[in-house]
Amino acid sequence: MNLYSLTLHEIRDKMRNGEISSKEVLDSVYKRIEEVEDKIGAYLTLTKDYAYEVAESIDRRRLKGEELGDLAGIPVAVKDNISTKGIKTTCASKMLENYVPPFDAHVIEKLKDAGAIIIGKTNLDEFAMGHSTENSAFKITKNPWDLERVPGGSSGGSAAAVAADEAYFSLGSDTGGSIRQPAAMCGIVGFKPTYGAVSRYGLVAFASSFDQIGPFAKDVEDCAIILNYLYGHDERDSTSLPAEYEDFKAALNKDIKGMKIGLPKEYFAEGIDPEIKDLVLNGVKVLENLGAHVEEISLPHTKYAVPVYYIITSAEAFSNLARFDGVRYGYRTKEYKDLEELYVNSRSEGFGKEVKFRILLGTYSLTSENYDYYHKRALKVRRLIRQEFDEAFNKYDVLISPSYPIVATKFGEQSENVSIAYMSDICTVPINIAGIPAMSIPCGFSKGLPVGMQIMSKAMGEAAIIKVAHAFERNTDYNKKKPSL
Amino acid sequence: MNFETIIGLEVHAELKTKTKAFCSCINEFGGEVNTNCCPVCMGYPGALPVLNKKLVEYAVRAGLALNCEISLFSKTDRKNYFYPDLPKAFQISQYDIPLCKNGSLKIEVDGKEKVIGITRIHIEEDAGKMLHGTESEDYSLVDFNRSGVPLIEIVSEPDLRSPLEARLYLEKLKGILEYLEISDCKMQEGSLRCDANISVRPVGQKEFGVKTEIKNMNSLKALQRALEYEEERHKRILTEGGTIVQETRRWDEAKGITVSMRTKGQADDYRYFPEPDLVPIVLEKEWIESIRKDLPELPDEKRKRFVKEYGIPEYDASILTLTKELSNFFEACAKGHKNPKAVSNWVMGEVLRVMKEKDIELKELNIKPQSLGRLIDLVDEGVLSNTGAKQVFEEMYKTGEEPEVLVDRLGLRQISDEGAIIELVKKVLEENQKSVEDYKKGKTNALGYLVGQCMKASKGKANPQLINKILKDLLS
Ligand SMILES: [Zn+2]
Repeated sequence: MNLYSLTLHEIRDKMRNGEISSKEVLDSVYKRIEEVEDKIGAYLTLTKDYAYEVAESIDRRRLKGEELGDLAGIPVAVKDNISTKGIKTTCASKMLENYVPPFDAHVIEKLKDAGAIIIGKTNLDEFAMGHSTENSAFKITKNPWDLERVPGGSSGGSAAAVAADEAYFSLGSDTGGSIRQPAAMCGIVGFKPTYGAVSRYGLVAFASSFDQIGPFAKDVEDCAIILNYLYGHDERDSTSLPAEYEDFKAALNKDIKGMKIGLPKEYFAEGIDPEIKDLVLNGVKVLENLGAHVEEISLPHTKYAVPVYYIITSAEAFSNLARFDGVRYGYRTKEYKDLEELYVNSRSEGFGKEVKFRILLGTYSLTSENYDYYHKRALKVRRLIRQEFDEAFNKYDVLISPSYPIVATKFGEQSENVSIAYMSDICTVPINIAGIPAMSIPCGFSKGLPVGMQIMSKAMGEAAIIKVAHAFERNTDYNKKKPSL
Repeated sequence: MNFETIIGLEVHAELKTKTKAFCSCINEFGGEVNTNCCPVCMGYPGALPVLNKKLVEYAVRAGLALNCEISLFSKTDRKNYFYPDLPKAFQISQYDIPLCKNGSLKIEVDGKEKVIGITRIHIEEDAGKMLHGTESEDYSLVDFNRSGVPLIEIVSEPDLRSPLEARLYLEKLKGILEYLEISDCKMQEGSLRCDANISVRPVGQKEFGVKTEIKNMNSLKALQRALEYEEERHKRILTEGGTIVQETRRWDEAKGITVSMRTKGQADDYRYFPEPDLVPIVLEKEWIESIRKDLPELPDEKRKRFVKEYGIPEYDASILTLTKELSNFFEACAKGHKNPKAVSNWVMGEVLRVMKEKDIELKELNIKPQSLGRLIDLVDEGVLSNTGAKQVFEEMYKTGEEPEVLVDRLGLRQISDEGAIIELVKKVLEENQKSVEDYKKGKTNALGYLVGQCMKASKGKANPQLINKILKDLLS
């Protein structure tokens, strides 16, 4: 057994009982990266020197007998839209190709405090906009299960890194499914927290009222451990919840007898690959056999979720990305005669196609003529969708659906058929609209490719998700399967 | 044709909170360029705003002082536009739900009180400052020290009917903001900025005429002048049968004219939408009431009190209370003084004259109110003549020295010793026998000549009233 293929909690235990050092763990992971990264392409930047410095200090502290937390000495990969002080944060955009943040994101501070070792920054769709990581300005990332297929997106690099054992866990960001969808496609656990549970400070904003940072993990236990370190109030983020958080590890190894599970029928409707539907329903059977009550329910507003999502997120993106103007940092065109040309050329040359598409969408829907018709109505429907979920969670502990309607596509497939990609968001975007937490957990394979099951709960209902997911994982072995590389 | 002028003002005041609107940078004017800024106020990716509670408190203070309704629920919105001094390419402002609305402000025009409506007061952030290169430099630089400085925008109803009313309104508003101690209100430094909307219409017409917006007035006087110019321009165009173009115009102080900046067709669509990085502003009634309770005395109340307490005329009181500084100076001087009216005369006369002539602030005047009080005492006691007192005053603000010292240094102490003056007058009478005879023959103007001779003999130091009295006594 190679060290790199162990889970976070396994490697933590080995370090705690003195079997191995943090440096050895790091050696193993960087060796793995050396072996497979050429095939996968998960990383944009590797931070080897920095990582070894941290590993040495962790080892020194451990030798001194210091009691260290779960994440001490654990290598982690970070999506390249999360600010890391002194380390390039490119958002996979030509616009920020050489941008080095002067500050750490809140989650990075937390990881550093916990002793986790940032080993590199991972690839993504430019500014987190996309479903396949193909919109990166720098490289493509391949799915470890099939190198001809995409890893999903936008956090494709973070998902592929964990699936290929190039990191023990990683951070992604989820605006409309960007953690859960690649987690499903890469056969690992991905978690999108309650909106406001994890500070967005330092996350380069795509759509502020949707974005959440969350982890990719090798199993549910790892996921619970990581959440413990990411959650917490941050006064620098006004939307950060002022809550006290329970120890999510307490939700592990729990009986789920009597728990109520709802299956929203709109999430199993036409457009969902029948094999995926069957795998998810088989998964639900497992839970039913463990004593959970399962019922079909209806969330009729689901059909509005995709347009609501695109209207609001594009509007916020239009505004959030306006700061990339070539004036203070980032890309500046070489060709300009005046201020107008400086703006137009820098932005035309610096942004990719998908980003421009979203900016234009937002530019259009926010004009004073269009605002009421698009944005105002979308905000109203967002409230209705939230209410619908609130009502459902009055009755059910969790809702379960497929994470994504299709398995990982081949390169180029999505750009050929854009509507597939957009309509496929139907299972993931309502969760961001409602601001609730959801996990994607492996639930089987379709034609040799991983399939994910999505478990949702009410805002701050993380523990219920972990409970159900861990029960499922204990009674299945999908998470133990590894891609052959 | 007779025209009626309609004016509304939009006033931006920088609030002097300790820190900026959405970050913890110090809110300070000046300073070395780009030293008072951080990732938040420079719009770095990933940086997020946090609303400064003091900013809301100061804005509520202004709202209460201007009789506004305070919104228990309001929110912030993004105003999107590109300019190099705006680092996020949007300004955090308030669009459809301002913090304060439906207020009013009283001004006095021709001795009559007039109420000017205040549509709204909302909070927003300032932009950085462009430093344009000289002709030979083909670039501009940006200083972000001002970026994120808190502002309130106070929008009046179109209730003002003349450039003078506009000036009086702004003067009064400025005074109130100073009384509230929420803004420095320095128009020259830009901590108080005023844009004006003006239109004219034939008397009797219901609809407003086409308006123009005037910017770049850096003083109260400039506001009045710019509006007078614009008012005449509108009237001339309309009289000649032309039409006014709705546009934004810039006041050129040196040339004394307004110049077109851009027409409405080119106006931006700011694509306002709710700021997703901030939560709504929800206020509690008790908090608002506690702010109301702590409001300082405002100009109108103070004016009434001055009339009552110091027995000075209404007119004096309204001038003395225009600014907080001046009213405090007067009061420090008049409190316990035997002659408050004389104090008022001195403050409104010499003090304001010197401030205006030297173009200085009261605190630059170098005169303590107590010193001015004693100067007035010296006149009342006959130690100084009025002319002498003015000379002493000149020297006081130049040197900062006390009046008692200066009276002697300048040799201005009046001789009020009756015995000494009798001797002096006797001597003058002996030397001017002819005038004495003239006087006795009935030529009354001979007395004036004799007084003059006595003053001359005393080198101007004798108390003229005493000389008059003694002369008459001796001649009768
Ligand atoms: Zn700042």
